[in-house]
Amino acid sequence: MVMLEVKDFGKRFTSHHLNTTRKAVEGIGFSLGQGGFIGIVGKSGSGKSTILKSIYRTYLPDEGEIWFDSERFGRIDLLKAEERQIIWLRKHEIGYVSQFLNVMPRTTARELVEQALLGMGESPEAAKVQAEHSLRHFDLDERLWDTFPNTFSGGEKLRLNIAIATVKKPRLLLLDEPTASLDYQSKLKVREVIEKLKADGTTLVGIFHDLEFMEGLCDCVYDMNEKALRGMPEVQR
Amino acid sequence: MQQFEERPLLKVEHLTKQYGPGCVECSRPGRPGLNKNYCPSCGTVYACSDVSLDVYPGEILGIVGESGSGKSTLMQCLYFDQDVTSGTLTIDDPELAGENLFDVSSQRKRYIRNHKYGMVYQNPVRGLRMDFSSISNIAEKQIAAGGRHVGNMQSAGERLLDVVSIPLFRMKEEPRNFSGGMQQRVQIAKALSNDPPILFLDEVTTGLDLSVQAAVIDLIKQIQRDLGISMIVVSHDLAVIRMLADRTLVMLNGRVIESGLTDQILEDPNHAYTQQLVYSLL
Repeated sequence: MVMLEVKDFGKRFTSHHLNTTRKAVEGIGFSLGQGGFIGIVGKSGSGKSTILKSIYRTYLPDEGEIWFDSERFGRIDLLKAEERQIIWLRKHEIGYVSQFLNVMPRTTARELVEQALLGMGESPEAAKVQAEHSLRHFDLDERLWDTFPNTFSGGEKLRLNIAIATVKKPRLLLLDEPTASLDYQSKLKVREVIEKLKADGTTLVGIFHDLEFMEGLCDCVYDMNEKALRGMPEVQR
Repeated sequence: MQQFEERPLLKVEHLTKQYGPGCVECSRPGRPGLNKNYCPSCGTVYACSDVSLDVYPGEILGIVGESGSGKSTLMQCLYFDQDVTSGTLTIDDPELAGENLFDVSSQRKRYIRNHKYGMVYQNPVRGLRMDFSSISNIAEKQIAAGGRHVGNMQSAGERLLDVVSIPLFRMKEEPRNFSGGMQQRVQIAKALSNDPPILFLDEVTTGLDLSVQAAVIDLIKQIQRDLGISMIVVSHDLAVIRMLADRTLVMLNGRVIESGLTDQILEDPNHAYTQQLVYSLL
């Protein structure tokens, strides 16, 4: 079953002040089955994040179609979906993890995860149980649960970020360079997390800058230069 | 594609508020001859021009724009503080079904205000009676909404003050003795005291220091989560809007120039003015 299908997608950025229009990406197309994992590779500035942000509708693209197989709405073009539909999908079906944790200030790690669940309509009791399970699952030290994440290390913030995005069990998870600032140990933990998600049947699209990390994890990669899907490249050691 | 069966709780269509008679020049469609929102030939000011918006159940809608863009006028029109020149307002409520609420009698408007609306003004002086005690301020709104049982009203009032973190031993004190942040929180408690399905918040964090601002934002978010109230939040502070609103409208010269998901407005603004606003963000 095709979970995500990107067709002839393109995005331009217009700056009214500089009177310029810059083409970020064009002619992008790939499709992804349920439980699949595509890594997007390409040099910096090639438009990798633009694709992810457009799928999440943080960017408003101007060309193409992005079809998503939604549980609630059926097959839906994310570029044309109503804003309220996108809000619903973000709460229930599509997760987004960036390398930055961008959350309400003065909210504890536990509350942040619980709020994601409450937003979906879970009861406070169920949210509490699932939040604790998720925080434990992602190896966040129990002493951190009731503290504010602004004091967390990069790796801890990231694992919390992933916990918030995955506790809703999204059908599609977008990973925007989540390992960029992490040390080797933390990367291994993230890798384990992704393997678990994949085993649970989550469909993933991710951007990583080290190919070694992606090896054995991604089913295939989308190369921004060639604008084509291909198998995992050999890692040069 | 399956349709999303969701009806807006509050729907505004083509709201226009003008100060002045208007003339041939500025009555043409699109009002091409205006200088910002001002008609040079007759002196009419169009504070709001053809504003349409929807607020869905449990949603926070953000409105941003510079001073003079018509944000507050819009709020005051919706709260019936001002009459509109033209436009329609409907609320999805069995009691109010099918009526243009801008056209109903002033008694009916008062009824809607007392039973369906809560309002928090930027300046607490407008929303509170500074020489009544805090609990009486709340009682005033409860009585307006039909409350008659003193004991029940008092306990509900105490609960609300507790929600907004006003210590109960100060509930008999007048808000004029309170700090700005406390006054704002009393105002929020008062606005909530009739269990309104719709809450208007006009620049509620402006002028508060950062920690108090954060406390007020926490409170608003908590109210939305726990009570499922729909809100319109007006602010010129993009950080506040980013934290609170799911969707955002951008106003300029009395018009809505751009609308969208809040993160989309902030990261991929399309209108020249929105770009200027977002790129000016420190």
